[in-house]
Order: sequence, then structure tokens, then C-alpha cells
Amino acid sequence: MLNILWPLFIILSILFSIISGNVENINKAITTSTESAITLTLTLIGSTCLWSGIMEIASNTKIIDILNNFLKKIIKKVFSNINKNAQNKIIMNIIANILGLGNAATPLGLQAMEELQKDNIKKDKLSDNMMMLIVLNTASLQIIPTTVISIRTALNSEEPTKIIFPVWISTICSLIVGIMITKLFIKVDKN
Amino acid sequence: MIKIKLINYISVLAVPLAILIIISFGMKEKKNVFDLFLNGAKKGLEITITIFPTLIGLFFSIGLLNNSGIIDYITKLIEPILSFVRFPKEILPLALLRPISGSASLAIATDIIKNNGVDSIIGLIASVIMGSTETTLYTITVYCSCLKIKNTRKIIIPAILADITGIIVSILICNIIFA
Repeated sequence: MLNILWPLFIILSILFSIISGNVENINKAITTSTESAITLTLTLIGSTCLWSGIMEIASNTKIIDILNNFLKKIIKKVFSNINKNAQNKIIMNIIANILGLGNAATPLGLQAMEELQKDNIKKDKLSDNMMMLIVLNTASLQIIPTTVISIRTALNSEEPTKIIFPVWISTICSLIVGIMITKLFIKVDKN
Repeated sequence: MIKIKLINYISVLAVPLAILIIISFGMKEKKNVFDLFLNGAKKGLEITITIFPTLIGLFFSIGLLNNSGIIDYITKLIEPILSFVRFPKEILPLALLRPISGSASLAIATDIIKNNGVDSIIGLIASVIMGSTETTLYTITVYCSCLKIKNTRKIIIPAILADITGIIVSILICNIIFA
């Protein structure tokens, strides 16, 4: 996918900027883009390590069993033939998403991918369960959309939290569509 | 006001409370919590380093895209079609950028909310879109590249369709609830 999109974005951007006489901006972008990747990584390293550590404690206590009881029905519906380790990581990933701990959700999701890879027959191809995990993570599952609320508060909204209910509706709709179409893709791919 | 305070309080309390519960469970079950923490933190470090090249590559191409002016051009190009189906044109740049770039869409959303008024219908729609969608391309790229996946089985299609659903539902629901 990225082998097509990545060069496409670059070629289109450079050609368009030359045609529209906007090359200075492109030069600026070339230098600043690596800087912003480094800034993000440096910010990420700290919080990712912290949350991976905290979540490692959680996965070794009974917390994981409690969460498992809550979520196992949903997990069974969405994933198929999943091993215990992968299931635990997926549960922690979902919980981190719901709590809005984006920096904890990603490492847990990637550890879940590694667990799923063990049962994957073709190692360079996404398995059905991996597709489901990715779709779950591209939906924004968090209960309280903290970033938007803080922006709205900063801009002096009368009621910054007014958007929470619509956000839930919108998230649920997009999640259901995402899961159903992914299931359809998996089915078509098998036949 | 009480409702706002309550929600703010819950969102402030969520993280410390989660940490407190996790550590307490670890202590109660007599686990070596610090050793576990170090194990996890080490995995976190490895993962960050693994995804670093992906981040550089992604930020580079998205940075070019954002600065080339091509997004504005596409917006102008498809505006007539979208105004025909009564899609609010102020939202379009956000809808185009949301799946591709987290930082750019956050900047654009803030701009839209500021220019149209934070409690205006457009401001509310932009807020709901930001709260209910993710940076899809980033997520897919990071998840696939950490395992060196070549065949992504067109996962981007269901993911983008889910984003489009989220955007359309955001517009509809705001028009129903807030109009």
C-alpha cells in the first residue's frame, strides 16, 4: 500500500508545487518534516515506555481476568481462533484506547500484532485477526475526547463537553461500518 | 455547569486512578511490580525505535503534501459536487486531511472552530469529527510496518469507508441535535 501511496504523495506534491510556483514551501517541508518526526519520537519514547511498563504490571495481575470477563463476548464476535496471549494484549489495547491513553494503546496494539503473527501462516500478509485489530484501532474508541474538549475550552466555548454524545454516536457508526466491511473483505478474499 | 465540572473531573481523574488501581493490584498479588514495569518499559523502547523509520518516511511525504497547496486545489475542485449534496464546504479540508495527518487536521480543525465560532454548527461538526475519527493512514502504516507486512489485503478501504461514515454521521447528528 505505502509502496504506492508514499511515492504518489511525494511526486504529486513536488510537481504541483513547481507548477503553482510554490517550491519554497516544499523546501521548508523537507527540512521541517524530519524535525517533527524526531520531536514526536522523543515525546513518544517517554510516555510509551511509561505506559508499556504500567500495562505490563496490569497484564500480570487479575485485572486482565476482570477485563477479559467484560470484553470476551465482543472479542469472540470480532476475532476468530485467537490465542490467550494475543487476546490479553488486544483487551489491554482496547482498554487503553477507551481510557484515551493513545500512547499506551499503540505499543499494546503492536505487541498484539506480534502475538497474532505467531499464528499467521503467511508472515508477510495480514491475517484476518490482524485486519480486525487494525480496524478497531483506526476507530477512535475513547470515551472522553480530551483533545477536542481542551481546544473547545481554550476557545471559550459555552459548553465544551456538548460534543461528547454526538462523538459516541459517530464513533459507533463508523466502527460498525468498519468491522462489517472488513468482515466482508475477509469473506471475499477467502472465496 | 455541574455536568461540565463532573465530566472534566472524571477525565482528570481517569489516568491517575487507572495507575493507582493497577499498582495496587500488583502489590496485593505480591508481584515484583518494579521488575514488571522495567520489562514493559523495555518493550516500549524497542517498539518506539522500530517505528522510527516509518515515522520519518510518513512525516516526510505528508509534510510535502500539506505544504504543496495540493489539498486546497483538490478542495476547490470537488467543492461544486459536494455543495450539490449539501456537504458543508468549510468542513471539506478537514475531511480530506483527517485520515492522513494528525497534526495538520488538528491545526485545520482548530482554525475552522475559531473562524466559524466554537459553538456554531460548523464549529461543532469539526469538533465531533476530530473526536470520533483517527489518523487512519498512520495507524495502518505503523501496524503493518512493525511486522514487515507486504500484503495489506486492502485494509485501507474498510478503514477509509469507516472514516467517511464517521464524517457523514458527525454532520448529520450535529444538524439533528444542535440545529
